[in-house]
Amino acid sequence: MTDGLLPILYLIASVTFILGIKLLGSPKTARVGNLVAAGGMVVAIIGTIVLYRHNGEPLHNVTWILAALTIGTAIGWVMAMRVKMTAMPQMVSFFNGMGGACAALISILEYKAAMAGGLATSTGHSLATMAGLIIGAVSFSGSIIAYLKLEDRLGDIRFAGQQLVNNGLLVAAVVVGGAMVVGSLSGISMLSILTAMALIFGILFVLPIGGADMPVVISLLNSFTGVAAACGGFLYDNMVMLIGGILVGSAGTILTVVMCNSMNRSLLNVLIGNFGGASAASSGGASGGTYREVSASDVAVMMSYAKQVVIVPGYGLAVAQAQHVCHQLEHELEGKGVTVKYAIHPVAGRMPGHMNVLLAEADVAYDKLVEMEEINAEFPTTDVVLVVGANDVVNPAAKTDPTSPIYGMPILDAELARQVIIMKRSMKAGYAGIDNELFYRPNAAMLFGDAKASLTALVNEVKQV
Amino acid sequence: MIIDESTLSLIYLVILMAFLGVELIGHVPSVLHTPLMSGANAIHGVVIIGSIIVMGIADDTLSMILGFLAVVLGTLNVVGGFVVTNRMLEMFRRKP
Repeated sequence: MTDGLLPILYLIASVTFILGIKLLGSPKTARVGNLVAAGGMVVAIIGTIVLYRHNGEPLHNVTWILAALTIGTAIGWVMAMRVKMTAMPQMVSFFNGMGGACAALISILEYKAAMAGGLATSTGHSLATMAGLIIGAVSFSGSIIAYLKLEDRLGDIRFAGQQLVNNGLLVAAVVVGGAMVVGSLSGISMLSILTAMALIFGILFVLPIGGADMPVVISLLNSFTGVAAACGGFLYDNMVMLIGGILVGSAGTILTVVMCNSMNRSLLNVLIGNFGGASAASSGGASGGTYREVSASDVAVMMSYAKQVVIVPGYGLAVAQAQHVCHQLEHELEGKGVTVKYAIHPVAGRMPGHMNVLLAEADVAYDKLVEMEEINAEFPTTDVVLVVGANDVVNPAAKTDPTSPIYGMPILDAELARQVIIMKRSMKAGYAGIDNELFYRPNAAMLFGDAKASLTALVNEVKQV
Repeated sequence: MIIDESTLSLIYLVILMAFLGVELIGHVPSVLHTPLMSGANAIHGVVIIGSIIVMGIADDTLSMILGFLAVVLGTLNVVGGFVVTNRMLEMFRRKP
């Protein structure tokens, strides 16, 4: 099938993928890891174009292949360079969807070729074809829905019996796919129906899931695409596709589980999408107290004479694009001898680590970002905590109220600080749709307004203190 | 159904890779989860190899069109994935 050199190139590429993922696991080596894996990918692609032999023949249509590669590279490059850091999660989702669609198309073409040959392929071959089609198509449509939801072009859509419809559709798709594997169903129209079923399932599967859970979904769909790629590896006895695909499939799955754990929820719970829905109403009991409002100048004085200020950034900061102003505030306060740290909740923002990326973009020093376990010990000795556009991650209900949907989620103990200033647009509930009793605590005060405008006001006030 | 030698060795490979993936991810700080997800996303873009092969053996117009589309989409996954990951990681590098 291939001559002697190509398998060796595939071996090299496979090692770079393993090494790449390994290196991506540490802040110091992550960038090198990404480049190593990219280098391996280039070797595998060029090797395939030049050295691949199909029944002893080199590949045809090389001009077209190169044209497609050029177009894809140009579009991919421009999109990836232009995207804002805040929109990173949906960008990843979009690219993931493209990989899924690619896998599904391969399966469709394979099936077409197999039909021309009288469907005389082995069961394993048909199984890999159908699995690649279903998984790839689900990953494609699901990723696009996740993309649209994160872009706020689509809300959560839930209807009665949704789970039943979804499960029914999935079972039906698997049954049809299975029938096509054993040959009791066949033909292009049947294949089209199967593709449509998988696409619709992907849409329905992501629709009910809340925006805050999108990272989990993207991570899951990421591992789906990995498995779909591995199916392609089975089809062509292609080791690099198999290794790359399975590696991402398993790594993606475990990453998904880790993300769920940091929110103290099960994957099933996320997928059913009941977060912040009906259960939110039950936790309304704690609210109804009175809250205190402060002005930017008061907060500026408070912070300027503090020893330590801890900033808790949330998605609100990202939405308002306020990370640069936030860094400026930090700079001004440091100039007055105040120690400033950032408390990073594992799921702050829209993806684990998302907040770190955003703050790094604004030149915030890496060692100022303190992870939850570490900073929680420091809150009792902190003078002022500034909560910027975060809500659920500082909600004490996660510890005290067993009826709360976020009960059990580890939180930042901001309430233990001497003063907590919460910057919010309004008293509206957070992403989980639940009230936050922290706002009504005697040591808490609200600073209303857009995060960026409020921070800018704070910077100016601090300068005048 | 009896499994032949080569399929069996593929299954061995799948199982070993699955365990390797779990081991590789298990101890990563949460700070790096987003870049890691993005990097893994780029790596499954290896599916492009399959699309190059189908495109290279396509001989009718429909197959050519679908194959062409598959290569374009696969390239988007690979190039977009690696570039986005690199951009994220570049930010971590800028330490004072």
